[in-house]
Amino acid sequence: MSSRFTNILIPVIAVFLGVLAGTIIMLVSGYNPIAGYSALWNGAFGDIYYIGEVVRQFTPYILAGLAVAFAFRTGLFNIGVEGQLIVGWLAAVWVGVSFEELPKIIHLPLAVLAAAAAGALWGFIPGFLKAKFRVHEVIVTIMLNYVALHVTNSIIRNVITDGKERTPNVAESASLRSPFFESITDYSRLHWGILIALACAIIMWFLLEKTTRGFELRAVGYNQHASHYAGMNVNTNIILSMVISGAFAGLAGAMEALGTFGFASIKGGFTGVGFDGIAVALLGGNTAIGVVLAALLFGGLKIGALNMPLESGVPNELVDIIIALIIFFVASSYIIRWFIERISKKGVK
Amino acid sequence: MEYVIEMLNIRKEFPGIVANDNITLQLEKGEIHALLGENGAGKSTLMNVLFGLYQPEQGEIKVKGKPVKITDPNIANDLGIGMVHQHFMLVDTFTVTENIILGKETTKSGVIDIKTAEKDVREISERYGLKVDPSAKISDISVGMQQRVEILKTLYRGAEILIFDEPTAVLTPQEIKELIQIMKTLIKEGKSIILITHKLKEIMEVCDRVTVIRKGKGIGTVSVSETNPNELASLMVGREVVFSTEKTEASPKQEVLQISGLKVKDSRGVEAVRGLDLDVRAGEIVGIAGVDGNGQSELIEAITGLRKTSAGTVKLNGKEIQNLSPRKITNSGLAHIPQDRHKHGLVLDFPIGENMVLQTYNERPFSKNGILNFKNIYNKARTLIKEFDVRTPSEYTLARSLSGGNQQKAIIAREVDRDPDILIAAQPTRGLDVGAIEFIHKRLIEQRDNGKGVLLISFELDEIMNVSDRIAVIYEGEIVAVVDPKQTTEQQLGLLMAGSGRKEAEEKANV
Repeated sequence: MSSRFTNILIPVIAVFLGVLAGTIIMLVSGYNPIAGYSALWNGAFGDIYYIGEVVRQFTPYILAGLAVAFAFRTGLFNIGVEGQLIVGWLAAVWVGVSFEELPKIIHLPLAVLAAAAAGALWGFIPGFLKAKFRVHEVIVTIMLNYVALHVTNSIIRNVITDGKERTPNVAESASLRSPFFESITDYSRLHWGILIALACAIIMWFLLEKTTRGFELRAVGYNQHASHYAGMNVNTNIILSMVISGAFAGLAGAMEALGTFGFASIKGGFTGVGFDGIAVALLGGNTAIGVVLAALLFGGLKIGALNMPLESGVPNELVDIIIALIIFFVASSYIIRWFIERISKKGVK
Repeated sequence: MEYVIEMLNIRKEFPGIVANDNITLQLEKGEIHALLGENGAGKSTLMNVLFGLYQPEQGEIKVKGKPVKITDPNIANDLGIGMVHQHFMLVDTFTVTENIILGKETTKSGVIDIKTAEKDVREISERYGLKVDPSAKISDISVGMQQRVEILKTLYRGAEILIFDEPTAVLTPQEIKELIQIMKTLIKEGKSIILITHKLKEIMEVCDRVTVIRKGKGIGTVSVSETNPNELASLMVGREVVFSTEKTEASPKQEVLQISGLKVKDSRGVEAVRGLDLDVRAGEIVGIAGVDGNGQSELIEAITGLRKTSAGTVKLNGKEIQNLSPRKITNSGLAHIPQDRHKHGLVLDFPIGENMVLQTYNERPFSKNGILNFKNIYNKARTLIKEFDVRTPSEYTLARSLSGGNQQKAIIAREVDRDPDILIAAQPTRGLDVGAIEFIHKRLIEQRDNGKGVLLISFELDEIMNVSDRIAVIYEGEIVAVVDPKQTTEQQLGLLMAGSGRKEAEEKANV
């Protein structure tokens, strides 16, 4: 069996097993799984409004997934996507509310780039510490998540506003909202950001697979010693990888800031999108196309779940459990791989 | 004749290949029996069948005349079969005793009884002449000592039949001598040994009989007393093998590499290279002979830019290159076949084709304006694979899936193809079989004949003696002698490698 086919088969089986486990849990807790799943499906794809919402949710998931996947391909584990997303969110809003008179063609790109730059800076710190002092990026990024959360809250309260809970809405000239998308999706919150996210997926694929820089990043990810031997600058590549990863995460923040919400508010806790990005990257096998597909699944599950309590009485927490189970089965892909190999071996005999 | 182990007509298939095809191996009690074959001939598969890791499709295994089914390694252990692995299975932070008893701990009311264990270990080690310190930590003892611990592990578990998997690959000449002595003692104590190797000299020295396998097929078993290295080599490879590497006189020209007063610290901060002077001229091969750990690795790393120097100069074509980045050094005309091909030589998870351009990916025609040109990369790879006879299913195969010999050929192809003024070859034939070694030696000499300088570092005295035009002996981070291989014997070289006149005197006194 070709390894490529196996690589596609494993996440598919993982998803199937997760759904199967969800069925069992629904049965055990006295709900009708058919009604539950059809409510989930209807809530995600049953109506043009819901489809719009799924795609809206899909957008930041793509970018968060790309952020994790990109670092991962270079051998780094960026758990700080959540923090990079939060600073990106704030930066986009800040630029969005600070200028009134700029034309859209300048203001919107400026706000988007500000988010990418903020995320990149937040990624640079752990990258630099790793490259210079061998401080493990997991520890630094986890800590920086908290720093991001509380620093942005403080800036919203004390700098951008005067002790308020949320910022004003960003100027129309910095908004990603799309009256066109809204009108064709029955007034969902679907915005232009989806195009940015898909473009980023293509950029990541091109950068990693087609350029000399990507060759270096991948080489460093697999084997730092050989990369050093071959004359690549390992430290530069580590920092660069974290910067690019952080920029993707920052853009995910911009999607929420300029598209979905249009403002930033005091957060009591993490958004969760950054952490879900880890699962999206894992499920997507850390490839651009895989991340896009996995993000679509996550977006669908997240939005569809909202309909489950309304239509079938199944608590939407159950969807979180199913997502968790899917991740579990992907993470234990070794078991699935082992089964596939056993089956295909028997086929040979 | 009593056989302790009989493997009769063993056949083991993997999808697409027959790894063992009708192989018979009979081990007599009290003999050292060699299992000889090229890399990938099926030696390991056969031993894994014996050790219960694989189930054979056909054939029968008998232990002391009784047919047995060995379905997992524990059964092999119970039958008294022990394996001394090539890559040691030891816990670095544990002591010798702790490693030996691991999995078979002596306990006193639930608590490990380390005193009794140490006593047992000491007793076994004295009985078989395996001197070790039972309370020393693994990370603090030499490779040779670690191997003894591996042997003790099998003996502690009551092994009667010991399988040694290429045991000398990691040892220094002195340690090899000691190991051979240990093997002889084991035989005297009634053990039987299977020795997996492709080193003919060792077979001639210690073994009683040899079973040869070639490409998965059993070629036959011969008595060592009735054969010679040439015959064994042709049995193994299937054709005549040239041993003494054929080469013409060297005609050295100008100096390409000049090292003077070089000092390099090792990873612990201890000075490993202590004011070393060495020249390599165009058109000659200089071999560095020395016991492992006398500063060879640090020297190579300093020359190639992988390690900082603390004093002295390294000049390439007259220009100082010490402490430059590896890329700058590479671009000034140096190529490096690294000692550890997995760590430094290859990105194992890259296709073999992309490994061929590991240093040149950013040059034309492999890329333009930062965009890779895969067509040109893989065209280049195909050419090199053909020219250097790298056996791989395709240029897209991951480097990881290739055998050690073919991985090494790929590295050599890449390095030689860059047409360097100086080629640093660090243990270029480690772990390779006779056929591959012959090929690599030819390539090194070809480089020399093309007017390039070659610096060869090897722990194999044969290799140094055969290939080099001059031999520099390294001892404790200094070149202590430069000799002509034609006017030097292995014994003389061995003494020089062991250091001072003081040691020389001691050795003479011991005889």
